[in-house]
Amino acid sequence: MINLDIDVAVIGAGPAGLAAAISARENGSKDVLVIDRNSWLGGILPQCIHDGFGVEELGTSLTGPEYSEMYIENAQKLGIDFLAKTMVLELKKNLEIIAINNKGLYKINAKSIVLAMGCREKTRWNVMIPGDRPSGIYTAGVAQGFINLYNIMVGKNVVILGSGDVGLIVARRLKFEGANVLGVVEILPYAGGLPRNVVQCLDDYDIPLYLNHTVTYIKGRERLESVTISQVDENKNPVSGTDKEIKCDTLLLSLGLIPENELSKQIDIELDGLTGGPVVNQSFETTVSGIFACGNCLQVYDTVDILSIGAKHAGKYAAKYASGKNMISNCFVNVIAGKEVRYVIPQMISKPGKILFNLRVENPKNSAVLYIFSGDYEVFKKKLPWAYPSNMIEIEVNITEDIIKSDNDLEVTIDDR
Amino acid sequence: MKNFHVAIVGAGVIGSSIAWELSKNDLDVVVFEKGSDVCSGTSKANSGVVHSGINSPVSSLKARFCVEGNKMIKPLSDSLGFSLKMIGKFVIAKNEYEAKIINNIKKIGQENGVPDLEIVDENEIKTKEPNISCYQALWVPTAGIISPYEFTIAFAENAAINNVNFLLNTNVKDLKKKDNNFEIKTNRGVFQSNILVNAAGLNCREIVSYLEEPDFNIYPCRGEYLVLDKEYSDLLTSMIYPVPPKELGVLGVHITPTIEGNILLGPSAEYINDSEDKRSTKKMMKTLLKEANEIIPIFPKKAVISAYSGIRCKLASPNEGGWADYRIEESKKTPGLINLLGIESPGLTAAPAIAKEVLRMISKSLKMRPKLNFETRNIRNINISEMSSKKKSDLIKKENRWGRIVCRCENITEAEIHKALNNPLKAQTLSAVKYRCRAGMGRCQGGFCTQHIVRIMEEDFNININEMNLKSANSKLFYGRTREKKND
Repeated sequence: MINLDIDVAVIGAGPAGLAAAISARENGSKDVLVIDRNSWLGGILPQCIHDGFGVEELGTSLTGPEYSEMYIENAQKLGIDFLAKTMVLELKKNLEIIAINNKGLYKINAKSIVLAMGCREKTRWNVMIPGDRPSGIYTAGVAQGFINLYNIMVGKNVVILGSGDVGLIVARRLKFEGANVLGVVEILPYAGGLPRNVVQCLDDYDIPLYLNHTVTYIKGRERLESVTISQVDENKNPVSGTDKEIKCDTLLLSLGLIPENELSKQIDIELDGLTGGPVVNQSFETTVSGIFACGNCLQVYDTVDILSIGAKHAGKYAAKYASGKNMISNCFVNVIAGKEVRYVIPQMISKPGKILFNLRVENPKNSAVLYIFSGDYEVFKKKLPWAYPSNMIEIEVNITEDIIKSDNDLEVTIDDR
Repeated sequence: MKNFHVAIVGAGVIGSSIAWELSKNDLDVVVFEKGSDVCSGTSKANSGVVHSGINSPVSSLKARFCVEGNKMIKPLSDSLGFSLKMIGKFVIAKNEYEAKIINNIKKIGQENGVPDLEIVDENEIKTKEPNISCYQALWVPTAGIISPYEFTIAFAENAAINNVNFLLNTNVKDLKKKDNNFEIKTNRGVFQSNILVNAAGLNCREIVSYLEEPDFNIYPCRGEYLVLDKEYSDLLTSMIYPVPPKELGVLGVHITPTIEGNILLGPSAEYINDSEDKRSTKKMMKTLLKEANEIIPIFPKKAVISAYSGIRCKLASPNEGGWADYRIEESKKTPGLINLLGIESPGLTAAPAIAKEVLRMISKSLKMRPKLNFETRNIRNINISEMSSKKKSDLIKKENRWGRIVCRCENITEAEIHKALNNPLKAQTLSAVKYRCRAGMGRCQGGFCTQHIVRIMEEDFNININEMNLKSANSKLFYGRTREKKND
C-alpha cells in the first residue's frame, strides 16, 4: 500500500477536476493531487475537436483539445500532481481515498476532497427501446471517441436518437467523415441542444431533424439493419400509423447524461433526485463535511465555460477547508425548486452573501418571471425574455442572515408573464 | 478427412457438458457450433437457476435429471470454478387457492426426492424477504443460482484443454450415414464420426431431418427478461416465483438475484414461429414490470440497465398444453445418432446428469479408456473488489495489468480482459470477453470499457478492427479507419 498525505484530492481530471485543482492551488493549497482513470488528462475534451470552448470564459473560441491543453499546462506549471490510469475504489468519510493503478494500491489521506467524476451517457435501456440487439448501436460520446481519438469509423448510414449537443456535434462529424446521416430524432417538440448547434450541425448540412419522434423499433440480428421511427403525441406515446422504417447500419444514442456518483453513494452523500448530483451548499460542499462537488457529477452543464467557473468555486472552498478556514455552520436554509423549475443549485445556504444560483426551467417559455421567495417575502425577481430547459439560468442573489435564520425554505419559481 | 469417435452438434450447455464428460476418456471428439462462442443460444439466455426438481411431474426425465443434476452442481462448482450460490427460492401463494397449489407442488417435490421443502407463512417470509407481499409460500432451500454462460464455458474450456476440438462459426449443412460412419458436411469442410450427438437445441429437428424423417416438431417459445441495476440488489436475497400459470408449461415471471449481483425479471412466455427471433418487445417489457410490481410493491421504476430474451425449445405446442418430457435417446432408424430433444428448463441444472447418461449410452458402442493426463482447470475469476488489500498489492507486483481497471462498473482489470481473450476456445468477440469476465455488463453498458477492450484486442492480440465482432460472425463493430494509423 502506497501512502500519500495531501491537502486537496480531486477525483477526475476532466475540465472540472482541472479547474478545481488549479483553483485550490491558487487559493493556497500546497499539495494538490488529481486522480483519473484514463491514460490522458482532460476527460471528454480531447475527443471534442470542434471549437466553441472558452467563448464565455475567455472571450476566445478554442477546440476541446486546445481548451484542455491550456488547463493541463497551467496545472503542471503550478506543480499539481496527477495520477492517471488510476481508479478510485473507495471513498471514506474521514477523507481517505483508496485507489489502484499498475504500481499498486494507494491510500490517500486528504484534508479535503473535490468530486469531479463527470457523467455517463444514458443507454438504450434507460429509455427501453424494443427490438433486436445487433451491433452498431453506440452512445454518441462513445462513437465520438472512436472517431476522434482512435480514427475508427463506427458506421456508414447513421440515425441519431436525441438532439442533445453531443448528438448534434457527432452528426456533423460523421458527415465530415463521409457517413450518411439520415436524421436526428427527438422525442420533444424542440431540440435538446443549443440553438447554435442545431444551425451549425444540422441545418448547414441538410440533416433532417425529426421533432416529436422517437425510435420505436430496432431491427437486425447481427449488424443493425434498420430502425423504425414514429411520431409521438403530447404524452410522448407513439402515434399508430406514423411508423417509418429507416434502413441504416448505425444508431447513435444521445439521450442525456447521468451524473456519476457511485463514490458519493458509498459514503451516503445526500443526492438530489432532480440533478442526479450531490446536494451542496453555497461553497459546493456536499453533506459530508470536507467533500466538495463540481462539474457534471454535480449537475449536467451546457457549456464547459460555466462548468469551469463553477469548479473553480468548489476548488477555492476545498482549499479553504484544507487550510482549516472552513466556517462550520449548523444553521442553513433549504433551497427548493418550485413551480416550473426543474432544479436549483445550491440546495442549501448556510452563509449570507451574494450567492450564485444555477437553475433550469421545466418547459420552454417566451418571457417569464423568476421569483425567489422566503415565505411571503420576495427575495428576488427577474424578468426573463425567454427560458429553455436546455439553457441553464445563472443568477446572483443577495441572501441575508435573516433569510438563513428564518424558518422558511427559499423557493424558486417561474411564472408566465 | 479426419475421423472422430464422437461429433457433437451444438455447444450449448448440453453439448459442452457432454464434451467434458467425453474428454475424460481417450476419444477424439469434435464439437460444431454455429455461433462465434459456446453458449450462444438457449443456454445463454435464461434465469441462471439451479432448480430443485419440484416443478416436473413424478418419474419424468425432467424430474430425474433435474434432481440428479442438482446434487452434482456443488462438487462441479468446487472443481471447475463457476460461481454458485444456493440462495433458495420461495414459490409464493397470494391467496388460499394458490396455497393449495403450493402444497401440491410440495408433494410432487417430495416424491421427486427434493429435500427440506417447507410451507411458511407471511411472517416468516417477511423476516427473510421484507419487500415481498404474499399469503403463504413454499420454501425451497435446494434451489440456487449460477451464471449460465460461466457454467457452460467451464465445461467447454475444460473439454478444450483436454483435447476436444471446438469448431466455432461452423454450420452443419448436411449429414449422411456411410457404412458405420457419419459424414458431416460443414462450411469448414467435411468430417467423419462414429457417433453423432445432436445437441443442437432449437435446431435439433433440422439435424435429425438430414438423416431421417423427424417424428416431432419444435415449438419455439420466447422468454423476455429485464436486468436491474446492482444498486437494487438488496430488494431480495432469494428467488421469488409465482405459482406456475396453468397453460404453456412454464414457471411464470419470477424475480431472481443473479450471481453478478443484479436482479433479473422474467421470463415472459410467447410462442413464436421463428426460433431466432430474440427481440424484446414493448408489450412484454411493460408486463414484466407490472408483474414484478405485484410481487414487490416497492419495485423501483427506473432500474433497468439491460434486456434480453431467450427461446425455449419446446416439444409441445400450446394446444397440447406446452409441456412435454425430454427425449434423450438413440435413434432407432439411424443407429449411432443420439438425440437430445426438447431440452428446455430445467436443462441447465439437468445438463451434467444428462451428460453422464449420454456417456453411458455411448459407452455401449465405444470402448471408454480413461485419459491418463486428464486435466481440470478451475476457471474462477476472482474480482479485485473481492480481494484483500494485500492480495491486490501482491498481484499487481507480480502482473501489473491487475492494477489497470478497464471496466468501471464491474471493476474489471486489464489482466482479466487478457485472460478472457486468451481462452482455449479462441472465442474473441466483444461478447466472449463480456461473458468471461463481465466487462461491459454494468450500468454503463460498455460506455467506458469498449474502447479499452478494442485497444487491447488490437494492440495485444493483433485483431484487425474490421474483424472485430460483437457476437456472431457478421455483427461487425466498425467500418474501417477514418485515416491510417501512423507509427510515431
